[in-house]
Amino acid sequence: MKKKLIFEKNVAGRRGFSFSKDDVPRYLWEDFLPAELKRKEKLYFPQLSELDVVRHYSRLAEMNFSVDKNFYPLGSCTMKYNPKMNELAAEERGFSQLHPYQEEEDVQGMLELLYLLEKVLVEITGMEHFSFQPAAGAAGELSGMLMIKKFFLQRKDFLRQEVIVPDSSHGTNPASATLAGFKVVTIKSSQEGLVDIDALSRICGSRTAALMLTNPNTLGLFEEKIWDMAEIVHKQGGLLYYDGANLNPLLGKVRISDMGFDIMHINLHKTFATPHGGGGPGGGPVGARGKLKEFLPLPLIGKSEDRFYLEYKLPNSIGRVRSFYGNIPVMVKAFAYLLRLGKEGLLRVAEHAVLNANYLKEKLKNYYEPATDKPCWHEVVFAGLKNKTTNVRTFDIAKRLIDYGVHPPTVYFPLIVKEALMIEPTETESKQILDEFAGVMEAIAKEAVDNPQLVKEAPHTTPVGRLDEAKAARQPQLRWVPPSA
Amino acid sequence: MPYIPHTPKERQEMLETIGKKSLCQLFETLPVDLRLRKELNLDRGLSEKEALDFIKQLAAKNKNLDAYNSFLGGGVYPHFVPAALKAILQQGGFYTSYTPYQAEASQGTLQAIYEYQSYICLLTGMDVTSASLYDGASAVAESILMARRINKRKKVLLGRSLHPEYRQVVKTYTAGIEIDIEELKWDKEGKILLPELEMNLNDDVSAVVVALPNFFGLVEDIKTITTLAHKHNALVIVVANPLFLSLVQPLSYYEVDIVCGEGQILGQRAYWGGETFGFIATRQEFLRKIPGRIVGRTTDKKGEEGFVLTLQAREQHIRREKATSNICSNQSLNALACSVYLSLLGEQGIKALAERIFSRAHYLYEQLVSKKLVQEVFGSHFWGEFVVKIPHLEQVGKEMKKHRILAGVKLGKLYPQLENCLLVFVDGDKSKKDLDSFVQTLEKLI
Repeated sequence: MKKKLIFEKNVAGRRGFSFSKDDVPRYLWEDFLPAELKRKEKLYFPQLSELDVVRHYSRLAEMNFSVDKNFYPLGSCTMKYNPKMNELAAEERGFSQLHPYQEEEDVQGMLELLYLLEKVLVEITGMEHFSFQPAAGAAGELSGMLMIKKFFLQRKDFLRQEVIVPDSSHGTNPASATLAGFKVVTIKSSQEGLVDIDALSRICGSRTAALMLTNPNTLGLFEEKIWDMAEIVHKQGGLLYYDGANLNPLLGKVRISDMGFDIMHINLHKTFATPHGGGGPGGGPVGARGKLKEFLPLPLIGKSEDRFYLEYKLPNSIGRVRSFYGNIPVMVKAFAYLLRLGKEGLLRVAEHAVLNANYLKEKLKNYYEPATDKPCWHEVVFAGLKNKTTNVRTFDIAKRLIDYGVHPPTVYFPLIVKEALMIEPTETESKQILDEFAGVMEAIAKEAVDNPQLVKEAPHTTPVGRLDEAKAARQPQLRWVPPSA
Repeated sequence: MPYIPHTPKERQEMLETIGKKSLCQLFETLPVDLRLRKELNLDRGLSEKEALDFIKQLAAKNKNLDAYNSFLGGGVYPHFVPAALKAILQQGGFYTSYTPYQAEASQGTLQAIYEYQSYICLLTGMDVTSASLYDGASAVAESILMARRINKRKKVLLGRSLHPEYRQVVKTYTAGIEIDIEELKWDKEGKILLPELEMNLNDDVSAVVVALPNFFGLVEDIKTITTLAHKHNALVIVVANPLFLSLVQPLSYYEVDIVCGEGQILGQRAYWGGETFGFIATRQEFLRKIPGRIVGRTTDKKGEEGFVLTLQAREQHIRREKATSNICSNQSLNALACSVYLSLLGEQGIKALAERIFSRAHYLYEQLVSKKLVQEVFGSHFWGEFVVKIPHLEQVGKEMKKHRILAGVKLGKLYPQLENCLLVFVDGDKSKKDLDSFVQTLEKLI
C-alpha cells in the first residue's frame, strides 16, 4: 500500500476517541472571551479510527532500526539493551499519576526513590550530591557551566571567562559553555589522540574557568595524564568538568572524583540503560562536590529522620533549569537497572564493554585503519578503510551496513579523525553478534574493492534510497500544508 | 550476570583473540593510583522479581491521583491517555531507537517528527517548528535566546503572570549572558498591566513574553500587546497552552513572532511534572534561528519521497560553539505521543475536549461564586483554570483533602500577594457529580 502521511488518511466523520458522559451544562465562549479570538478556521487535523492510527504508527515503528531489532553500535551513544523490566517499573501508577503540586506527604515513595538513586550515583562517581533537574546530557552540561560561572562571579573572579575543550570533544561541550557565557578555547589533541599536556599548560591560566573533558575520550582512549591535567587546571585556580557521556567503562573501576573532577553530569540514557526514545527523553543529572555542590540546580532531595523532602535552602544555587523535578520515568528506569545490577553487575558492565570494543578492534583491524595504536576502552574508532585505493568512503560503508541489517556506527566523529567510524558495541552484545558484524564489515571491505558501485549506491534494501540532503536544506519542506490553504 | 550474554568460554576466547589474560588486563592504561581498590559500597544485584517488588513498594508509598478527585493544574494537567497511545509508544521500533542520524534506517521516526512538526504548525498557525525541546520552561528560555539572536537587543519584558517556574528557568538560562529580564505586573483582571508594558517598551526591547492563557488561566489581550510591541520592533513570544489553541484563531493572525509552550496537556501522563515536551514555532523568516532538530522532506535518486534531519548547520554537532543551542537529545518520544494523541482526537475531538474543559471550569466557577463559597479574584475571562479566594485556605484545603478532594494549587507560596487564593483546573473528563462534590464539600466546611 502507498505510504501516506497521517493527514492524508483523513476520512471525514471518523473517530478514534471516546468521551465520558456529558452531563455538565454547556457554556458559550462569547459570554466570557473575546469573540474575535475564537477560531473560525479549520485545524485540518485528520479524522481517523483507532485502528487507522495504530496501523499508521506501527508501520512507522517497523521502518526504524532499533536496539530491540538490530545491532546498533552508534559510538558515544551507548546503545545498550533496554531491559523490559524497567519499562514495567516506570508504568506504576504510583509514579505516573503524581502531580508536581501534590504535598510532600503524598510523594514520599517518589522522593525516597530519588534519594536512593542519588546515593548510588554518589557512590559510583564520588560526587557529593546530584540534582535530577537536567533533562538530557546537554542540559546537565549547561547546568554545570552555569554553576562554574556563578562560582567565580561570587568570588569576584571576573577574569575567568574561558572554558577549555579538546578538539575531540562532543559538540555539546563548546555549545553549552557558550550558552553559559564563556569563551571557548579549543585545545588540539596530540598525535596519539590525547590532550596535549604541554599545550594545556600554555593555555591554562588566570582566565581559565574550567576544563571540560570526557574520559575515556571520544577516541575511546583513557586520558592517562588526567591527574596531571587536573593539577595544572586546579593550580591555576580553574575547575574540572566531567562529561559523563563515556561513563560506562569506568563503573566500579575508577571514580570521577578520584580523577580530580569537580562537577559532572551522567547520561542516564547511556550508562544506565534507559531507552533513547528516538532522540529523548534522556536524563542528565548534574553532580558536584566540595564547594561546588552548593551551586547545584534546585531542588535537591533531603531526608530528616524518616521523612523525605525537597531541599530548597541553597542560597548559592543557580536555580531551576527546567520546571519541576526532571524526567521522572527515566529516573525510575535507571534505578530499576541499578537495583538489578548491584555492585558486581556494574563492574561487569565496565569490563565487558571494554572487552567487546577491543575484540572488535582486533577483528576489524586488518580491513579498517585503527585511529590509534593504543588499546581502546568502550569504543573503537577507525579512520575508514585500510585499503585507500578504493573511492569508497566511510559514508558509503555506513549506508551499506544498513543493507546487512546493522545500524551504522557514528561517522565523521570525532572530527579529528579522517573518515571516522566510531564503534561502541556495549556490553550487552554477544560474541556471536560481534563475529557476525565483523564478518559483515569484512565483506563490505571486500565489496569496496570488488564492486565499489554496490557500496556507493547503498542502501538497496530500505524503503528509500540515499536521500538528497542538499535538496532538503535548499528547499525546506518542513511540514504538511493543508491542500486548500 | 544481568544483561551480559558472555559465557565463561566465550569470554576466554575473546580475551585470547586480543591477547589478554584477564578482564583486568584490559584496563592497563588506567593509572595504578587512580584505580578503585575497593568494592563499591552498594548492595548485591537483585532478581527481576525482587527489584520490581522493591519499586512497587516505593510506588505504593505515594498517594497518587487515583485516590483523589483532583483539581490540580498549574502547568501540569492530568488527563486520560488512551490505551492505543501507550501501545504505540511501547513499540521497540520507537523507544529503543535513537536520533535519526541515518535517515534510511530511521524513516519511521523521521516521518513521525515531520508529522509532529505539522501538528504544531497547524495548532499555532506558525510556519515552522523543531522536533521538540525539554519542556515549557526551557522552551520559553530558548525563545528568549532566539529573539536575542534575531534582533541583538538585550531587554526582555515578561509578565509576572507567566508560570513562576518558567520565570525561574529563564533567569537561570540567561544568568551568564547579557540579557535584562524585566517583569510586568498584572492588572485587576489578572492580565498584563498594559500601561506598564507601554511605558517599558522602547527600542532596546528584544521581546515581550506573554502567556495564553496565563498562569491564572486568564486570556490575555494578544492583539493589543502585539500592536504595542511591534511599534518598537520588539518580538512577541506567546507561551501558549496548545490545547487551548484549538479554540483560538491561528496566532499568525496577530502577527505573533514566536509561539512556544509546554506539551504535557497533549497525551502526556503527569509523572510528577516530567517527562513532557516543549515546543517552539515561528515564522518562515526566522527558520534558521530555531534551536533543535528539524526534519524535512526530500527525495531519493528514484524520486521516492523520504525524510531527513535538515538545516543541521544550526546545530551543536556541526557548529560547536557557534550553534543556535546546545540541545542534542530532546523529548522525541513525548513528541510522538503528542502526534498519536492528536491523531486519535482528530479535528472534532480536540475542539470538543477543549470545550468540555471550558464548560466544566465555568460551571464549577459559577457554582462556587453564586453560592458565595469563594471570593472572586480576577473575574471569569478564563478557559479551563481559574483563581478564587477562600478564607483560611490552608485549613480548608486540608479538610477537602480528607474528603479526597485536591482542591487546586495554593498560590500564596508562589505569589505572597495571593494569600488564600486557589488555582483550580477542571479536566474534560470530570462528571457533574465530581464538580458538585467539590461544591458540596466546600459548602459543608464553610
